[in-house]
Amino acid sequence: MGVKWKKWTGDYGLFLLVSILLISFWEWIVARGLVPAFILPSPSAIWKALVEYHELLFVEHLPVTVQEVAIGFGISLVSGLLLGTVMHFSRLVEKVLYPFLVISQTIPLIALSPIFIMWFGYTIWSKIAVTFLIAFFPIVVSTYDGLKAGGKEYRELLQTMGADRWMIFRTVQIPMALPSILSGVKMSVVYAVVGATIGEWLGASEGLGYFSRRMSGNLQADAVFAAIVLLSLLGMVLFMLVSLLEKWFVKRVN
Amino acid sequence: MKQTQPFSKKTMDLNEMPILSVKEITYGFDSSRSIFEKLSIDVHPGEFVSLIGASGSGKSTLFKLITGLLEPDQGEIWLNGEVSAQRLGQVGYMPQKDLLLPWRTVGENILLPLEVMKENKQQRLAEIQEWLARFGILEYQDAYPHELSGGMRQRAAFLRTLMTVKELLLLDEPFGALDSLTKRNMHKWLLGLWGELQKTVLFITHDLEEAILLSDRIYLLGEQSVQEIAVTLPRPRGSEAIYEPEFITLRKELELLIHHGSKMEKVDR
Repeated sequence: MGVKWKKWTGDYGLFLLVSILLISFWEWIVARGLVPAFILPSPSAIWKALVEYHELLFVEHLPVTVQEVAIGFGISLVSGLLLGTVMHFSRLVEKVLYPFLVISQTIPLIALSPIFIMWFGYTIWSKIAVTFLIAFFPIVVSTYDGLKAGGKEYRELLQTMGADRWMIFRTVQIPMALPSILSGVKMSVVYAVVGATIGEWLGASEGLGYFSRRMSGNLQADAVFAAIVLLSLLGMVLFMLVSLLEKWFVKRVN
Repeated sequence: MKQTQPFSKKTMDLNEMPILSVKEITYGFDSSRSIFEKLSIDVHPGEFVSLIGASGSGKSTLFKLITGLLEPDQGEIWLNGEVSAQRLGQVGYMPQKDLLLPWRTVGENILLPLEVMKENKQQRLAEIQEWLARFGILEYQDAYPHELSGGMRQRAAFLRTLMTVKELLLLDEPFGALDSLTKRNMHKWLLGLWGELQKTVLFITHDLEEAILLSDRIYLLGEQSVQEIAVTLPRPRGSEAIYEPEFITLRKELELLIHHGSKMEKVDR
């Protein structure tokens, strides 16, 4: 227990200390009136807003955003893994798709979103489309790169045993690609939260992104910040979940 | 001293039929320069044959050709008396690195060839336990490769090669990365095991002492030619054989041959 605590404070102690100092400093400059509260609300005001709007934030808007993130990320994960794998196996598909993948990431999302709204209306699907467009890319690339990278010697060894492509893929390539795929998933899950928020900003009637936009229209900076804090926490929690999964895999691999 | 094929007349005799016959193969990574030209090698059932040659003489490439990972530009490779176009899965191959899968336990690694051949593992479990014990890694079967010493990993990799149940085993410098003490122990262990293994081995090494101690014949791979040296030391051999005068004479001869060979090449250029 003592050792664990020591390791934990060693890992996060400095971060916590600096955070507390920063927040105190922030609180102090707002309290002194150096920055007006409608431009930068103090941490305590944000906390108050969190408490005041908790019903709206947690019951009405958070579940909507979580749902968008979950569906968007889920589709990204499945299609990203599939696409990365197909691209690995077929040079033709890779040659055709890779440029399109890169192009898909150069499109300014904000410019595209009116089109999404035209296609999907104000339904959840316009937000999922934005989420997907941002979140699937890291998964495709990390899957494709992970499968491609290294392991040639292992593949050859299995070939000499008479293994077919599928066997080699299953026993060597997937385990070797896992670390790369998991870092892609980690990025993707964070991007998914960003994507859902952008989608809501561009046109929605519910969700944390919509809430923060509405509040910013009312110049209620504290409520905007409360929504941002929640969104950031959501990203952190999802990131940590994937990290835990990664740790579990790495333990098995090493 | 070009290599001839002393057994070509006896191919009708089943016992004398080479298990592996490399016939005048030419291979190069690019068309202008070939690594070998018209290289021929025979290995007979039950033999232990070593391949010696300088780095870059293409020993490992030759192994890749024999296993079927590569195809020769010219010439044929015969296995068990047939020209084999589809050679993958026909010989046991042990690469230089142990290549044990780090996410599998030693036991799971050793079962890999059975998985590839889709064989029933349960049936051979008792036999495998016995082999693990004989290889001195029985208590490590549930450990992961990184927990083993270099010598143990090498033995595990060798046992995995044996599990392919192929008669011909190609071993690419299996003891190359080991320190000399561990290597000595491995020689002792392998010599003790050799009689009952009933396998045929083609063995790449840089170590002349190792080659003489283990082999029945040695092929010296030069830039243009292959020389064959028979090792007449009686079997079973112990690892102390290296101190015997006959051994030392042979080693001197071999060293001279290598030296002489390299001199000749310089003159040729």
